[in-house]
Amino acid sequence: MANEPYDTVDTDVLVIGAGGAGQRAAIAAAEAGCQVLVVCKSLLGKAHTVMAEGGMAAALANVAGADTWEVHFQDTMKGGKLINNWRMAHIHATEAPERVLELERWGAVFDRTREGYIHQRPFGAHTYPRLAHIGDRTGLEIIRSLQDHLVHMPNIEVHMETTVSSLLTWEGRAVGALAYRRVDGALVVYRAKAVLLATGGAGRIYRVTSNSWECTGDGVALAYHAGAQLQDCEMVQFHPTGMVWPPGVRGILVTEGVRGEGGILRNSRGERFMVNYDPERMDLSSRDVVARAINAEVEAGRGSPHGGAFLDISHKSPEYIRRKLPSMYEQFLKLAKVDITKEPMEVAPTIHYFMGGVRVGAEDGATTVPGLFAAGEVASGLHGANRLGGNSLSDLLVFGKRAGDAAAVFAQDHAGPVKIDRAQVERAIEELLGPLHRPDGESPFALEEELRDVCTEYAPLIRDREGLEKGLERTLELAERAARCSAGGPTGRAFNPGWHTAQDLRNMLVSAEALFRCALERKESRGAHARRDYPDLDPKLEAVNMVAQKSEGGMACFPVEREPIPDELRAIIDKKFPRFELEEGS
Amino acid sequence: MADRTVKLSIFRGDPGGGDMVTYEVPTQEGMVVLDAVLWVQSHRAPDLAVRWNCKAAKCGSCSAEIDGFPRLMCKSPIDEYGDEISVRPMHTFPLIRDLVTDVSWNYEVNKRIQPFTPSEADLADPQPWRMQQEDVDRVIEFRKCIECFLCQDVCHVLRSHGQKDAFFGPRFMIRIASLEMHPKDAADRRPLLRGEAGVGMCNITKCCTEVCPEHIHITDNGIIPMKERMADLYFDPLRFVAGKLMRGRE
Ligand SMILES: Cc1cc2nc3c(=O)[nH]c(=O)nc-3n(C[C@H](O)[C@H](O)[C@H](O)COP(=O)(O)OP(=O)(O)OC[C@H]3O[C@@H](n4cnc5c(N)ncnc54)[C@H](O)[C@@H]3O)c2cc1C
Ligand code: SF4
Ligand code: SF4
Ligand code: FES
Repeated sequence: MANEPYDTVDTDVLVIGAGGAGQRAAIAAAEAGCQVLVVCKSLLGKAHTVMAEGGMAAALANVAGADTWEVHFQDTMKGGKLINNWRMAHIHATEAPERVLELERWGAVFDRTREGYIHQRPFGAHTYPRLAHIGDRTGLEIIRSLQDHLVHMPNIEVHMETTVSSLLTWEGRAVGALAYRRVDGALVVYRAKAVLLATGGAGRIYRVTSNSWECTGDGVALAYHAGAQLQDCEMVQFHPTGMVWPPGVRGILVTEGVRGEGGILRNSRGERFMVNYDPERMDLSSRDVVARAINAEVEAGRGSPHGGAFLDISHKSPEYIRRKLPSMYEQFLKLAKVDITKEPMEVAPTIHYFMGGVRVGAEDGATTVPGLFAAGEVASGLHGANRLGGNSLSDLLVFGKRAGDAAAVFAQDHAGPVKIDRAQVERAIEELLGPLHRPDGESPFALEEELRDVCTEYAPLIRDREGLEKGLERTLELAERAARCSAGGPTGRAFNPGWHTAQDLRNMLVSAEALFRCALERKESRGAHARRDYPDLDPKLEAVNMVAQKSEGGMACFPVEREPIPDELRAIIDKKFPRFELEEGS
Repeated sequence: MADRTVKLSIFRGDPGGGDMVTYEVPTQEGMVVLDAVLWVQSHRAPDLAVRWNCKAAKCGSCSAEIDGFPRLMCKSPIDEYGDEISVRPMHTFPLIRDLVTDVSWNYEVNKRIQPFTPSEADLADPQPWRMQQEDVDRVIEFRKCIECFLCQDVCHVLRSHGQKDAFFGPRFMIRIASLEMHPKDAADRRPLLRGEAGVGMCNITKCCTEVCPEHIHITDNGIIPMKERMADLYFDPLRFVAGKLMRGRE
């Protein structure tokens, strides 16, 4: 396999990923004067971000005049059960409004208030109505607005359907990547002065998920192999409301916007059970609480026919529902044959978001590897132990911009020619092409299914040591088998999904291993991480994050203390803010 | 519905040629055509090329021709079809392999459309912009587009006559409409429409509207108002278009 041909492409900043974070970062780096190259696994405009529905959180105070960055900061920290990177939560709360308004100036269209300002909808665990939105397709609006802005910038180039399989380093600094083009299987070596990861989450390591196929945790694996630290990988968010029935649609998201617009959860006896779990916030409690409540109702024998709960919005007028929740209306009518203006939906928890990921600096998204930056769902810190709905889309814009700015500065400070380690490239190519040269190995599709079963069974909503140890053992065993898998079928490289899946699998295994290791290490229940054997919160563990890193003997995992929160920010978390009463129909 | 088996015929091949290959696929309640295709990929043909991302009708990646009709595979429930289903790639775009086509032409077209351009006054205004809901409602319909390119696939100007050099196609007619009708856009794309974009090529067959999975009234609310706007420049363009739209809705 030596001397396999490849193209070499030079750029200042290499952005891996074209979701909201990658596109915003690319625009920032280009505005700073750098040559920017964006690579993404699918076509431009198709990234997972297009699926986001409910909205983007920012304290614009257009609906609740009392909203400020302080309240948003408090909500984010409380939601994250205080293990958030407080500096990130601070930056996010203060900068989100600017980023939303800027997007509007690039052509994005949002729903309006009566006064003509951007409308904001209430969402789980946000004290005030705070989510800028357009119907229930906010993600599409963000992607399209960024995309149409970006394609007209002369110093940004996009390589679509190109998958990065390894990062390249030179003396410990990130200097580029090896990638393959899906269309023809050709190899490309990118040489860059700075590299930015915006590859999204890893939802596809579970069987039931709201995530798109791209969410295979590639960035986490790329960063890990390049020596970067990971953090909080035990924190996996189950969204309380995914579709349950029929089986073909299981896991598809039912936006929290349904509850934001007044939808009510009931059990099989017709009871509003949230009153027993969070009497104050009820249906709009934080996601971890609602997901566990539905789970508990099902376990107590009060579940819906297919093992979930009922979610009902039919008390609102059909016109209102169709205007505020058009894609939910269409989705249930088409895929489940349920008319949500007349009948309740059946819902159950589905894997949704990874709070954990690559450990980054709050100001600049710098990872622990020089020259390597990360932003968006692949990065970790802002959301702590539980992400609030709407905080991801604003995260993408706020930290996408900051990481893009910082990558540009790094590239400008390291303007000299980039050196590439030929032997490293050869090894990466060998690993990439391996599955095509092993006709007799196991099928990557079957191994992927097995991994999904392992994560689903051993890292569920409520975990324990025994299960987590078993899960880790099975993951390590799968990793050995995956290293010998075969692309199967004819071995052409042009658009060969068997081969692509073998790459995805290698990445998914890193996320799964980090999940099991961090989950074993965190011996308490906090936010999204609930343990049957440690059912209580341990106040001592508030000070630490679980960090995973490559070491001699494989993946090491250990707690790392955070810098203590300054008193003035601490005081904001404990402050009381007046509650907001929603006007009917507003 | 009792679980049954369907015969799924999928086009397998590349620009050099190909054939329909039939696979027997077990079905499950609620299954969509994309599930069946992915079942074939993971159990029978690991190299079967297909594009998809979200499986929730949100990204517009999984366009194909199912029993001859352009649709999203992830929004086509198996139980709406008989025991034999055929799946072919979109016809209008060059084939790459199996169900995957080269849609890059669409991305090139988009670059030729002047992007959102606010007025100098609006740009200089330091205050957050104000717009009324009824004004944004007009463009919201067009902004629902998920770029599945099914309308481009079905439009006879592109499909049968191959006139990609003369007409941008319905997707980009509504892209232009979404900019022209944006309350804060100040550019004039009429010369583009009349010239390069070729709005005159459309003869209002409405086939594009019929296949749009987002139910965008491409012809009635997008192309026709723009054609009329081109034809009669005596009207105040924005108000004229808006008036047409409101009537189109009633
Ligand atoms: C159904 C749904 C609804 C949601 N609704 C909301 C909401 O209302 N509000 C909210 O705040 N959040 C919401 N979220 C969460 C939010 O959408 C995501 O967290 C966010 O979009 C992630 O964006 P990103 O830019 O980090 O990555 P993504 O959008 O996932 O993009 C990742 C990019 O990286 C590329 N990539 C990945 N691996 C590679 C590789 N190896 N090589 C090259 N490219 C690669 C991909 O092709 C893609 O372009 C929702 C999520 C889902 C699933
Ligand atoms: S109405 Fe016009 S754009 Fe639409 S399919 Fe017919 S000719 Fe093409
Ligand atoms: S207008 Fe409709 S059919 Fe055409 S690309 Fe957009 S969503 Fe698809
Ligand atoms: S897979 Fe996204 S539209 Fe079908």
